Amino acid sequence: MYDVYKIRQAFPILQKLIDGKPNIYLDSAASAQKPKAVINIMNRILKNEYANVHRGTYALSDKITDKYEKARIIVQKFLNARSAQEIVFTRNATEAINLVAYSWAMENLHQGDEILISEAEHHANLIPWQIVCQKKGCVLRVFKIGDDGAYLPHEFTKSLSDKVKLVAVTAMSNVLGTIFPIKTITAEAHKIGAKVLIDACQAAVHQKIDVQDIDCDFLAFSGHKTYGPTGIGVLYGKSELLKSMPPYQTGGDMVDKVTYQHTTFAEPPSRFEAGTPAIVEAIGLGEALRYMQKIGLENITLHEQELVKYMYEKCREIKDFKHIGSLPNKGGVFSFQVGNIHPQDLAYVLGKEGVAIRIGHHCAEPLVERMGYNSVARASFGLYTTKEDIDAFVKAVAKAQKFFK
Amino acid sequence: MEDINVISENFSLLEDWEDKYQYLIELGEKLPPLADKYKTDEWKVSGCQSQVWLVPDYHDGKLSFEGDSDAIMVKGIIAVIMAIYQNKSAQEIKKIAVEKIFAKLGLQEHLSLSRRNGMMSMVDKIRYYADSFEK
Repeated sequence: MYDVYKIRQAFPILQKLIDGKPNIYLDSAASAQKPKAVINIMNRILKNEYANVHRGTYALSDKITDKYEKARIIVQKFLNARSAQEIVFTRNATEAINLVAYSWAMENLHQGDEILISEAEHHANLIPWQIVCQKKGCVLRVFKIGDDGAYLPHEFTKSLSDKVKLVAVTAMSNVLGTIFPIKTITAEAHKIGAKVLIDACQAAVHQKIDVQDIDCDFLAFSGHKTYGPTGIGVLYGKSELLKSMPPYQTGGDMVDKVTYQHTTFAEPPSRFEAGTPAIVEAIGLGEALRYMQKIGLENITLHEQELVKYMYEKCREIKDFKHIGSLPNKGGVFSFQVGNIHPQDLAYVLGKEGVAIRIGHHCAEPLVERMGYNSVARASFGLYTTKEDIDAFVKAVAKAQKFFK
Repeated sequence: MEDINVISENFSLLEDWEDKYQYLIELGEKLPPLADKYKTDEWKVSGCQSQVWLVPDYHDGKLSFEGDSDAIMVKGIIAVIMAIYQNKSAQEIKKIAVEKIFAKLGLQEHLSLSRRNGMMSMVDKIRYYADSFEK
């Protein structure tokens, strides 16, 4: 464990008053705040060290290329990938998943093949597969989860026929907080020869990810949720798979040899990084991951488990508080409904009280509907969240309850 | 339907947000309920985080509207919008600077685009109806 109050000192935005109120930031699952280390390194590069990568013949370009490629190695170590060549920088996790949809699924799936996802997927891990199915005549299968948000092993195995060629699941639901047993899921899927893609957007923030241990074929996460900048995401892909895939986009910086009529493409990861990449953002992401590793992923998990326990306890004090996703061992994501107060109404009052939450379908519309709602409120934690934040949340909800009595 | 000038005057007497919100809720409660037959996708205003419906009516060269929402506060904001736009010609509707009125009421954040709670979508839809009835 760590001293969360000391950690908070590293996040300038958490020290600021927002409209005269302390910043009770409970929206980290949407995007996390940034530590000074990330802000500083990005500032420093823009001020003193900026140039384009890969093509320059001068000191600045050499140095920044070195930093950009070192960021890739940081990501490799963060995920425990076999080599840095398995790490592709993308714009975000959405682009990472789309890359797999276009460069792998469109190339390898055929009429009648099936793609299996869970009911708890974010739109980013749903819509690309719908498109693949429409274009290739494949079938999208969705395995059921429990009413409490639980992963149900028999529902998964029931849907896993030998027609399934790809299993694409989240490691942690952004609505329910449910942690999916991705290692078991991967092993089951591999038994029938299916490939596995893991959406680790939420999980990467909360727990140690080891792609060799999981043995997944692809894994995606985004930088802005792991305390890094926006505009940068990561696709991990097993080397032999990436090597077999055609480019997703074409242009500069991803080629081997170009004539007017023909081009041979560079090896991965360059093959999938057409054009000038998000250089400063990639380096910022590297710094963010280093920051998380310095604190220790195990410590971050422990801190969060403590908060989850406390949140459950405190929410019991609120009358008519209903958890949407109520597993005791879930991640720090709490979707909820209070009495019959509309989430929008609740958000108005919480907003005025300086408590930042999110309402809506959280880019998982079918899931929210499956749970019986068309909009839900969600409070989510980061490594800097305190019990005091939760207290303030509970107080603000109580105030809203009085308001809409 | 309350007169917008009366609403504006009442708002000016309210100091903190709690009182303003309470007043909005009261305005929403006074808003005539929309018949269930209109609570369909056809009349839904898209882009709102709550369900919002808007039904136009056209009489003697003037537009009037009925609106509703499943969120209480949103209903209050709809009541204000209704008061602003009720019984006006298309020409008049287009001249109304609704952002200014909301700013005067201290409710500007509820119309801001960044908030994406969609109340501006309702105003856009009213303007769209004004355009189509003018032709």
